[in-house]
Amino acid sequence: MSAARPAQGAQGAQRPQGGPMGGGMGRGPMGMMGMPVQKAKNFRGTLFRLIGYFRPQALRLTVVFIAAILGSIFAIVGPKILGLAITKLFVGFVAKVQHVRGAAIDFDYIRNVLLILVGLYAISAIFTYVQQYVMAGVAQRTVYTMRRQIEDKLGRLPLKFYDSRTHGEIMSRAVNDMDNISNTLQQSLTQLITSVVTLVGVIVLMFTISWLLTLVVLTTVPLSLLVTTVIAKRSQRYFARQQRVLGELNGHVEEMLTGHRIVKAYGRESQSVEEFNRRNDRLYEAGWRAQFVSGMLFPLMNSIGNLGFVLVAVIGGIMVTQGTLPFGDVTAFIQYARQFSQPITQLASIANAIQLTIASAERVFELLDEPEELPDAANAVVIAEPHGAVQFDHVDFSYTPEAPLIEDMNIDAKPGQTVAIVGPTGAGKTTLVNLLMRFYELNGGAIRVDGVNITELRRGDLRRRFGMVLQDTWLFNGTIRENIAYGRENASEEEIVRAARAAQADHFIRTLPGGYDTVLNQEATNISQGQKQLLTIARAVLADPEVLILDEATSSVDTRTEILIQKAMTELMKGRTSFVIAHRLSTVRDADTILVMDHGHILEQGTHEELLAKGGFYADLYNSQFAARAREESAAIAP
Amino acid sequence: MIRILRFLEPYRGFVAIVLVLAALQSLANLYLPNLNADIIDNGVVKNDTDYILRVGGVMLLVTLGGAICAVGTAFFASRTAVGFGRIIRAQLFTHVEQFSLHEFDTVGTASLITRTTNDTNQVQQVLVIMLTLLVTAPMTLIGGIILAAREDVALSLVLIAAVPVLVISILVIMTKAIPLFRAMQMKLDKLNLVLDEGLTGVRVIRAFDRTAHEQHRFDVANLDVTDTAITVNRIVAALWPMMMLVLNVSTVAIVWFGSIRINNGDLQVGALSAFMIYALLILFSLLMLSFLFVMLPRATASAARINAVLDMRTEITDPAQPQRPGDLRGHVEFEDVTFSYPGAEEPAISHVSFSARPGQVTAIIGGTGAGKSTLVNLIPRFYDIDSGRVLVDGMDVREMTQQDLRAKIGLVPQTAVIFSGTVAENIRFGNEGASDEEVRHAADVAQATEFITEMGDGFNSTISQGGTNISGGQKQRLSIARALVRKPEVYIFDDSFSALDYATDARLRAALRRETTNATVLIVAQRVSTIIGADQILVLDEGRIVGSGTHQELMQSNDVYREIVLSQVTAEEIA
Repeated sequence: MSAARPAQGAQGAQRPQGGPMGGGMGRGPMGMMGMPVQKAKNFRGTLFRLIGYFRPQALRLTVVFIAAILGSIFAIVGPKILGLAITKLFVGFVAKVQHVRGAAIDFDYIRNVLLILVGLYAISAIFTYVQQYVMAGVAQRTVYTMRRQIEDKLGRLPLKFYDSRTHGEIMSRAVNDMDNISNTLQQSLTQLITSVVTLVGVIVLMFTISWLLTLVVLTTVPLSLLVTTVIAKRSQRYFARQQRVLGELNGHVEEMLTGHRIVKAYGRESQSVEEFNRRNDRLYEAGWRAQFVSGMLFPLMNSIGNLGFVLVAVIGGIMVTQGTLPFGDVTAFIQYARQFSQPITQLASIANAIQLTIASAERVFELLDEPEELPDAANAVVIAEPHGAVQFDHVDFSYTPEAPLIEDMNIDAKPGQTVAIVGPTGAGKTTLVNLLMRFYELNGGAIRVDGVNITELRRGDLRRRFGMVLQDTWLFNGTIRENIAYGRENASEEEIVRAARAAQADHFIRTLPGGYDTVLNQEATNISQGQKQLLTIARAVLADPEVLILDEATSSVDTRTEILIQKAMTELMKGRTSFVIAHRLSTVRDADTILVMDHGHILEQGTHEELLAKGGFYADLYNSQFAARAREESAAIAP
Repeated sequence: MIRILRFLEPYRGFVAIVLVLAALQSLANLYLPNLNADIIDNGVVKNDTDYILRVGGVMLLVTLGGAICAVGTAFFASRTAVGFGRIIRAQLFTHVEQFSLHEFDTVGTASLITRTTNDTNQVQQVLVIMLTLLVTAPMTLIGGIILAAREDVALSLVLIAAVPVLVISILVIMTKAIPLFRAMQMKLDKLNLVLDEGLTGVRVIRAFDRTAHEQHRFDVANLDVTDTAITVNRIVAALWPMMMLVLNVSTVAIVWFGSIRINNGDLQVGALSAFMIYALLILFSLLMLSFLFVMLPRATASAARINAVLDMRTEITDPAQPQRPGDLRGHVEFEDVTFSYPGAEEPAISHVSFSARPGQVTAIIGGTGAGKSTLVNLIPRFYDIDSGRVLVDGMDVREMTQQDLRAKIGLVPQTAVIFSGTVAENIRFGNEGASDEEVRHAADVAQATEFITEMGDGFNSTISQGGTNISGGQKQRLSIARALVRKPEVYIFDDSFSALDYATDARLRAALRRETTNATVLIVAQRVSTIIGADQILVLDEGRIVGSGTHQELMQSNDVYREIVLSQVTAEEIA
């Protein structure tokens, strides 16, 4: 929900510290009180594990705890000491009113008490500041450590993990959940301490003044608890509903605006607005209830505080007239009664925040506990003279045990040979890349590069042997130069330009406004699909691998760029072993081996002639393409 | 922000009620210390228990009244603020739905979505907080000062000294902290970007063995965020103790100076105790008001973005006296049409003339950026042209209502747009009144029936938002079925077969040919094989028509066309 986050700045500023005379505010207007809470599965375990992160900072954390406790104690004794001065004042005043002889207000005494008081308040303020100051470091460093662990972990997770989860899912743990943890560590932890100390301290101090008045004030506690729990429960329900309806509304907006052209083309604007209004009305119904219920909390707690105030004023007043209580104690009591309900509300909201945080921490820990990929071989082999021979030796592989994909696959690609992959869907491409690059582990058999089993190589060394020029090119947010140089660290300017020239990319790069310094935006929408592919070719040229995995351009690329790509690819493939996802019949025919794949399965394997002679799937595919074209020519049908 | 408040108009009454209730609530809060002072001065000092009880009763009533007012405030304020959000949201969405593609290009679809959703929520949220929590603050502040001054003007000087100290310390800390908070947000975004790139590009990073490099990038960004977060939290750490110190020292000062005034007989003891509570209420309402500094800039930015959209007028409007559709069916004609995208130096379409007739297939071919999609976008009047005329059924498209014009057209766009809902609903999007039989027939022609039946619930199967549970080719077929069920006079296929495999493509085109015999068909294509049999092929290059005719004619006469064809199929393959 957008409302919770923007308040970050405000929350930092608003956090009532359970200091003296708190105004009864919860966690600020943006308090988490009303928000729905997700429950952690293993609360205790996660909590202890989270606490474990503080171990390196135990000393600092001790300072925080001590400062928090002392800060609160110094603050809450204030009213009681102030009461001493006021009693003195009242006694002197009453004596004067009643014209007692020699009656005067004892100003020396009052001044001394007040000076002590200012000192106490100053000390309390310093402790509170120290506590916050130190906690900022503790909290943020802890968050830093957790984030780094996440990133390190992501580097060790197998591709299988990434393929089985959406980005959103991983991002949400690394971003939103870490945000929750960060906010709570920064705020709720110290609040928890100060609230507890304040609550206990206030009750103890009240008892030292008058047990009768204390009991009177304590009668308001059940009321506070009742109001807090009733409101929290309801508002959570309404907020959950509001969240759901808001999601539905946003979904509609997103769909209609993204599909605006279609909505217009089919004249469906008014239906779209009608549907919007229906959802908007539902949002209103859920929304105002959520706001109303949660909005009542603060004023109602304030009223309960006022109730305590009235009771103390009346009963305390009567006790003073009966002489059983000094006057200053009543004023002290009034202050205590006012700040009494605050830590209760605050604790309720902290309890919520902590639950939320533990649930978040649990999700982060789940990520950190994911099984990692096998470590690289301890005494990894280094291929001294790479040639680019690739051999699949009785390879078995499947993503899930239930659906065997590749069984007993044998390929023997000699250095410089071309292997073409054809098939109606082209779904075999990803699998091939996954196996060659050892993104996935085999179920049986072995893949050898220059005679060495790839499991005996360091993954990095293995992958450097391969160059990928795929349609789903991955370029990052940076300059064109940086993107090309990604193929090899410390490449010189000259080498980069030479690579670009070999990839037929130099010309178009120079026509861009920034040349090689042109920054590609995040989705690289400022250059065309074909141009992107040229850049990845340049990157591969610079990396100079022995083996290539290429994707031939398809219909999303315009004709002229396609010619350039074809030229650059042919150039690049010279003298390298190549696995080509082929769309052009000429490439297929000239290949040394053709793999015919469908939905990831290898159906057939052989040369063009062999496969045609076999009269199987490939022959059908090949003939249907020609036959269809011939039919088309003669009938001149369209579309 | 102020301007957007005009949408509060229907809630004028509610706002008035909120203000009155909030005033009463502040009054109740302020009146209690006053009554307490009476108890002390007239009851405690004079030993009058009856008086104490009587005034105590009044205090209880005031507390109760205050609570009722508070609940009332919350009730009316929530309805007002959320209702206000509803109005803005509806205004915005209805307005945006009128926009032409040009306005979408200008603002950006993503931005329009954010404005309708997040920005509206932001503004609504601020209003909720203002009306429920902050509305009492100024009243308590002013009322408190007045009451304090009434009790004792001289002692009020303490408050008058404390207020600026408090205000200045809040301002100093906030002006330091707010830019840092903003910087932190930007650094967090940067960190998330690095993370996101790492996820998107995990294969490439590993392929190039750059994991360590990426981790270093992440670590740098992570440290940067951490440093800023520590700095900003340390600055803000001073805020709370500082405010408490000001408040507490003011209380001490009030007691000290109050004692002196009491000694001189200028002040009652009860008044002093009331004074202490006023000080508390006043300084706390100031604190509340300071939240406005944090919230308002954000809400103002959102409000400005919303206003900017509401102020935009769509350029494409219906004529005052539209022509009614005549008898001609399916005629499309371009007369010397030139069109430039707003702000562009070169026209995207220049001096294009052609006509397309019912029963004919007109194909448009050319490289990327040649203007093919732009050209067909002019037919449903997604954009208005600079010069020339676009005629549909003999009428200028600007002289018809958009509704009438678009009712004649079935558009299948390049990237298929599918909505969440059932398969049948998606097809019926083209024609709400279509019978089940017609829907099924359209799916048949579009070669979609097979995969629809495999989906489990057939035509009632649900498609998730963005069509994530079906493939690109399936989306394209549904989007074709949607056009078919409309039975339009003019079909526009804007490169709509690209995601289909070869066999499906061939079957689909054969079926389409039977279905569209009486309609005008325009096809935009990249691949020659798709359009080889068209009645008329227009070759587009840099926005101009550089050739037209059938495949055979163009092969003989047109160099650009021949170049395109040869680049796609080797000579022997087309033989």
